[in-house]
Amino acid sequence: MSKPKSAYSIPGKIGKMDTHIIVVWVDNEAGVLARVVGLFSGRGYNIESLAVAEVDHKKNISRITIVTTGTPQVIEQIKLQLKKLIPVHKVADFKREDKNVIFKEMALLKIVGNASNAKKAIKACKRFNAVILDKTSKSVVIQVTALRRDIDKLSKNLKSSGLVSASRTGAVAMTRGSHTFK
Amino acid sequence: MSKLFSGAEIVFKCLEDHNVNVIFGYPGGAVLPIYDELKNFPSIKHFLVRHEQGAGHAAEGYARSSGKPGVALVTSGPGATNIVTALTDAYMDSVPIVCISGQVPTHLIGTDAFQECDTTGITRPCTKHNWLVKDIKDLGKIIHRAFEVATTGRPGPVLIDIPKDIQFQKTTYTKYKKQKKLNGKGQNNFNQSEIDRLIELMSKASKPIFYTGGGVINSGPKASELLRELVSSTGFPITSTLQGLGAFPADDNQFIGMLGMHGTYEANNAMHDCDLMINVGARFDDRITGKLDEFSPKSQKVHIDIDPSSINKNVKVDLPIIGDVAEVITSTLKTIKKKKPSFTKSNKQRISKWWEKIAKWRSVNSLNYENSSETIKPQYAVQRLYELTKDKDTFITTEVGQHQMWAAQHYKFNKPNRWMTSGGLGTMGYGLPAAVGVQVAHPNKLVIDIAGEASVLMTMQEMSTAVQYSLPIKIFILNNEYMGMVRQWQELLHDKNYSESYTAALPDFVKLAEAYGCVGLRATTPEELDDKIIEMLNTERPVIFDCRVDKIENCFPMIPSGKPHNEMLLGPNDQKQKKITGKGKILV
Repeated sequence: MSKPKSAYSIPGKIGKMDTHIIVVWVDNEAGVLARVVGLFSGRGYNIESLAVAEVDHKKNISRITIVTTGTPQVIEQIKLQLKKLIPVHKVADFKREDKNVIFKEMALLKIVGNASNAKKAIKACKRFNAVILDKTSKSVVIQVTALRRDIDKLSKNLKSSGLVSASRTGAVAMTRGSHTFK
Repeated sequence: MSKLFSGAEIVFKCLEDHNVNVIFGYPGGAVLPIYDELKNFPSIKHFLVRHEQGAGHAAEGYARSSGKPGVALVTSGPGATNIVTALTDAYMDSVPIVCISGQVPTHLIGTDAFQECDTTGITRPCTKHNWLVKDIKDLGKIIHRAFEVATTGRPGPVLIDIPKDIQFQKTTYTKYKKQKKLNGKGQNNFNQSEIDRLIELMSKASKPIFYTGGGVINSGPKASELLRELVSSTGFPITSTLQGLGAFPADDNQFIGMLGMHGTYEANNAMHDCDLMINVGARFDDRITGKLDEFSPKSQKVHIDIDPSSINKNVKVDLPIIGDVAEVITSTLKTIKKKKPSFTKSNKQRISKWWEKIAKWRSVNSLNYENSSETIKPQYAVQRLYELTKDKDTFITTEVGQHQMWAAQHYKFNKPNRWMTSGGLGTMGYGLPAAVGVQVAHPNKLVIDIAGEASVLMTMQEMSTAVQYSLPIKIFILNNEYMGMVRQWQELLHDKNYSESYTAALPDFVKLAEAYGCVGLRATTPEELDDKIIEMLNTERPVIFDCRVDKIENCFPMIPSGKPHNEMLLGPNDQKQKKITGKGKILV
């Protein structure tokens, strides 16, 4: 959220908030995640989810995907501030509504209950590339990959079917087609 | 096989490579190997401070007055935490500082060892970048990179944390090779069409203004020269931020004074009413803009800045030009000469009405004050100091508060790098150690810290440093026994409840000076002021000057809280009519 840092400005109108997915390519060195995350917390920006892993082992490049909300001005600042960090190579920014970009998040869901509960849960997950990773007579662990808001809905629905634990990765993003972000 | 050097040797070889001949520091357990090596590098002189914050500010003063990066050397733990204020200060004011800190040996990191702290963690938000050296092979490369990062693009502080065992280990040394591309950071990124657009805007404007800042100074002395050429060829009025003072001569008729919270009436009104604002290396800081919604509502705004993240951060601009000030002005001047040689003449007519308006504002004489024959008015003290030192090439540092604003208003700067003040962070205690650094960079020049008695006590211990190295700095204290700016705000905004802003016990500054082994002087009446100042200037040793000034003088003009530029308080009589009410009170 944009809080005016300016000391004697009266807090003005808050502009329209958008959800953006920001992808940052960084040198995978000690403390790099702390730099990126510290920039968000230090300047009062939101982080809704965060996913990070090394993607190029030769060049030691990690790819960080951050879902954030903010006014257009704040999103612009986030990008520019990120680009200033020394280990940052490039920064991409996608709107959540962008049809040319695929956003996916993975979740592991543990359902505890009787067989009918498990069955109900598996059925509900079916639409989201469900994979059953573990099954006992009392429980089932299901892996789903879907949009963040779908997983939100799903986990809400599964509460009644015995969802006891959910582990989520945070969204990752990739552009459609042959195009890559330079 | 090539020769092997210890980590400590590599530190100094790197410093030599980057033409460093001065470091400010304080030894301690985790940097002993580096200190042990100092004797083998006679080209590098170490200045022992009395507190690591002093080392940081001295490095800042050195850097800002010389244009070279300042280097500080501190130990682990408290050494590192003590310099955090100075690093933050340098970060806010874009001063290139390379700080080298010791760290506990690598095998002890994370064990809560003696004098261990997470230095890179603590300094991450207050440096451009920092490094913890975990492998001796990286050391040289990292130090070279640190100098690059500190000095390129928008300058700033960096920190290198070197564990003690790394300082002992040996490896080969590679000399610094200048790299052309710096990871895409700090580059000029403007094109001719933007320059053309700027010139088009300039040629159409009827109420233009240049609003210049510290970026001009940081771009180097050449930028100031180019700015002068640009301003005189356009005939536009120019105002400057606190940090930009000196880039354009203050006694030039086109200069309409500093702008912002304590800026002149003409500068702030011109900023409010202009139709074209050309921001050159300034950052639309909140002390400048006042109320954002009503900031210069009718103008097109151009912003020249090397830091892309400064664009549209606080104020939306119409034409951003990302680049080094000197290079942007060079292209602008070139284009004017090539495409619009008649520009100068045609323009002056167009803006003559604008100058008439400015002249009217000027005639208000907003920096005026009521002088007294009994007490020394602080403004009068600064004016006399200016008059008596203007023929010398004087370097001024300040602390933070009323005295800082009076210095900015009444001391006229004609050259860049002569004015060192803590603007962004507003660090009380900056001026004295900064003066030490300035004097080290310019041994034969006159260096004065215009100080307040409260600020200067925060880093007073550095007087001892000045005495040790015979640095003849002059500490000119405007002593009103109050934290003056706090007192002023309490008067205006908190119904004169002077909560904790009076220092009921102050040292005798003359005796204090003597205790430190320097010279103490005191002036209490306007008659004796000149003589005492001259006595100070004729003293070749460090001086603490206790200038007893009016205790309740306020700093005017002032844009009160929550007000736009065109609603300034001009003086004590004005404030009754424009009382600060409601929301304005809660703002700082």
